[in-house]
Amino acid sequence: MEDVRQLIVRRAVKEIKDGMNVNLGIGMPTLIANEIPADFHVMLQSENGLLGIGPFPVEGEEDPDLINAGKETITEVPGSSFFDSAESFAMIRGGHIDLAILGGMEVSETGDLANWMIPGKMVKGMGGAMDLVSGAKRVVVIMEHVNKHGESKVKKSCDLPLTGQGVVHRLITDLAVFDFTQDGMVLVETHPGVSVDKVKESTEASFRVSSDLISQ
Amino acid sequence: MMNSFADAVADIKDGATLIVGGFGLCGIPEKLIFALRDSGVKDLTIVSNNCGVDDWGLGILLANRQIKKMISSYVGENKIFEQQFLSGELEVDLVPQGTLAERIRAGGAGIPGFYTATGVGTAIAEGKEVKMFNGKPYILEEGIVGDFALVKAWKADEYGNLVYRKTARNFNPLVATAGKVTIAEVEEIVKQGELSPDQIHTPGIYVQRLLQGQDYEKRIERRTVRKAN
Repeated sequence: MEDVRQLIVRRAVKEIKDGMNVNLGIGMPTLIANEIPADFHVMLQSENGLLGIGPFPVEGEEDPDLINAGKETITEVPGSSFFDSAESFAMIRGGHIDLAILGGMEVSETGDLANWMIPGKMVKGMGGAMDLVSGAKRVVVIMEHVNKHGESKVKKSCDLPLTGQGVVHRLITDLAVFDFTQDGMVLVETHPGVSVDKVKESTEASFRVSSDLISQ
Repeated sequence: MMNSFADAVADIKDGATLIVGGFGLCGIPEKLIFALRDSGVKDLTIVSNNCGVDDWGLGILLANRQIKKMISSYVGENKIFEQQFLSGELEVDLVPQGTLAERIRAGGAGIPGFYTATGVGTAIAEGKEVKMFNGKPYILEEGIVGDFALVKAWKADEYGNLVYRKTARNFNPLVATAGKVTIAEVEEIVKQGELSPDQIHTPGIYVQRLLQGQDYEKRIERRTVRKAN
């Protein structure tokens, strides 16, 4: 794993508390599963119909009837349950998932998220992302702070089509952590060696700096 | 019970709407898809979470140019899909996965529409009725009913009660309720009374045609493993 992603993943795992039911999105969020403390009782939900995702199977024990939402072969943990897709999204839409961690393409200062389509490119579909961001109790987005051209992905308003409006509770990037509150976007944490000025320079969105800012 | 997959799909005509179970390549009715390929029926509207891959699952019908429209939540695994979509040959209606599941469930349960927060403030909400509940906006989504529903289960009894296995359940139980005619293919059919009534996932009332398939291939889309300790 490259350093930037590792930094984000290591910070993101701290969002998971003992006893939570959690949905991790496809891609970088999936890597968080490996970092959850071994003594935590956490159930990971897979929206295709499993609460209690286990590790990948050992070679030879792959079961085509047991996959995660990224279509990868997986196992189930003791105490897990299988269910159909309507039940799965009842659980999501009904607010029973404590935390959803998703990847992002853009986040706005009002907590809008865009992560499912780029106009002009092939549209693959939103899968369960729109349901997750509007249904989970808490939505955390993880992404790199700037794109490969050095432009801020943390914007005044999203240019890309939205996945959800005002749905993000917390954003974790490779520079900082932000919360979205009734009073707007707040910088709550900077990563080691990152100054508030550096965060301001790299961010198009307007935000205030928390009086309890954690800087390492 | 029927013996011939060809007979089971013989009355599916050009232009029919089919609701098809499965998630990715997991829990797809692979024998019924072959039978549709062989029947040559075309201009199908297919409601299914995904559209297979280039040479497997619903991708087979796509490659054979039998599909006019797909209603799905995620279609990213298929190059032929991309070509037909970009050339305008194929219509696509993308629906959030939970909304798709609930639209099928609602259709099968006789509920013509429901309100959901999913998609509020996004392109999905365009043209849809918005209603406020407890000060929050919700959009109206409609139930889906198909001319036929195609289902894959693990086991059935002779009455048509169905049991699914692990995550191969996915959309199948909802799909089973939402067809005017529901056709189920299974790996094993046992005598009536051999399945525990407490363990039935789909009561046989929803199933009009039942077939046992042989030699399931069950392709794996992404084989991921860890090293043994």
